[in-house]
Amino acid sequence: MSGCKYLFILKKYPMDFINNSILLAGVEIGTHYYWEIAGVSLHGQVFIVSWVVIGLLLTAAVLGASDPKRIPESWQNFMEATVEFTQEIARNQIGESSYRTWLPFVSTMFLFIFGCNWAGAIIPWKLILLPEGELAAPTNDINTTVALALLTSLTYFYAGFRKKGLGYFKRYLEPTPILLPINILEDFTKPLSLSFRLFGNVLADELTISVLVLLVPLFVPLPIMALGIFAGSVQALIFSTLAAAYIHEALE
Amino acid sequence: MDSIIAAASVIGAGLSVGLAAIGPGIGQGTAAGQAVEGIARQPEVENQIRGTLLLSLAFMEALTIYGLVVALALLFANPFAG
Repeated sequence: MSGCKYLFILKKYPMDFINNSILLAGVEIGTHYYWEIAGVSLHGQVFIVSWVVIGLLLTAAVLGASDPKRIPESWQNFMEATVEFTQEIARNQIGESSYRTWLPFVSTMFLFIFGCNWAGAIIPWKLILLPEGELAAPTNDINTTVALALLTSLTYFYAGFRKKGLGYFKRYLEPTPILLPINILEDFTKPLSLSFRLFGNVLADELTISVLVLLVPLFVPLPIMALGIFAGSVQALIFSTLAAAYIHEALE
Repeated sequence: MDSIIAAASVIGAGLSVGLAAIGPGIGQGTAAGQAVEGIARQPEVENQIRGTLLLSLAFMEALTIYGLVVALALLFANPFAG
């Protein structure tokens, strides 16, 4: 694995010649704005946009909770509605009795992914020029989505251990011990499908939009952009729903 | 990149997305059809049906996306490119 420092390196897009001939739009894949920190290469553009998203979420949360009133007004009202929405996701999957413990995790996942997808779709990052690569949704980098998916894995393992201790492993022998390999395999396919689903959807949206913008720069990409915004929110909903469902499975 | 490998990768990428779109296409069609039937029978639960439908459509779409990921890996991160 000497040459493969990163989980997934995408090479430069072969349609680069179009970038040179038409300067209206370009498709860029696999060019990253690298930060070299202590011998480790980081994808800088992902960090920048994630920090912006985290900052926005923190600001929204602090503004909503800074001056709480008994009868919520404007912003507090909005934030309460948001939290209730995520609460609904967790409660529907995990169940009334124990969802409160896992609510923070599920809410954070939903809000962060939602923020990332929408930040990539709505904010005109193209206006900010980087030396290399471009700012986009952090979730279009597979390293981000794999990190989120592994966090989900860790969380459901922790949930299972906390509830049942080592008895958690009994689950692998059910319904029959013959299914042991499949049960073990499932622990690997869960994060794999979680990460690929999110990464693929976000990247597919951005690719479709870039290709369309490349072909027809005006008006035609607009419906696809709207679809991208919609798909971004659905993917956030799905990721958090699945995370909650896995936690529930471990708690059963 | 070897031209044979390049050609095979491009064909493989096209096939992987195209074939991966067949199954989910059928599945999504069936699901949407059943949902419309359900709404026609019980218009009062339309919102609930729509929510469930969108969620399951996204799950099916994920299958095509796996094909897309394979295609992207073949095009941009080909392990056999050497």
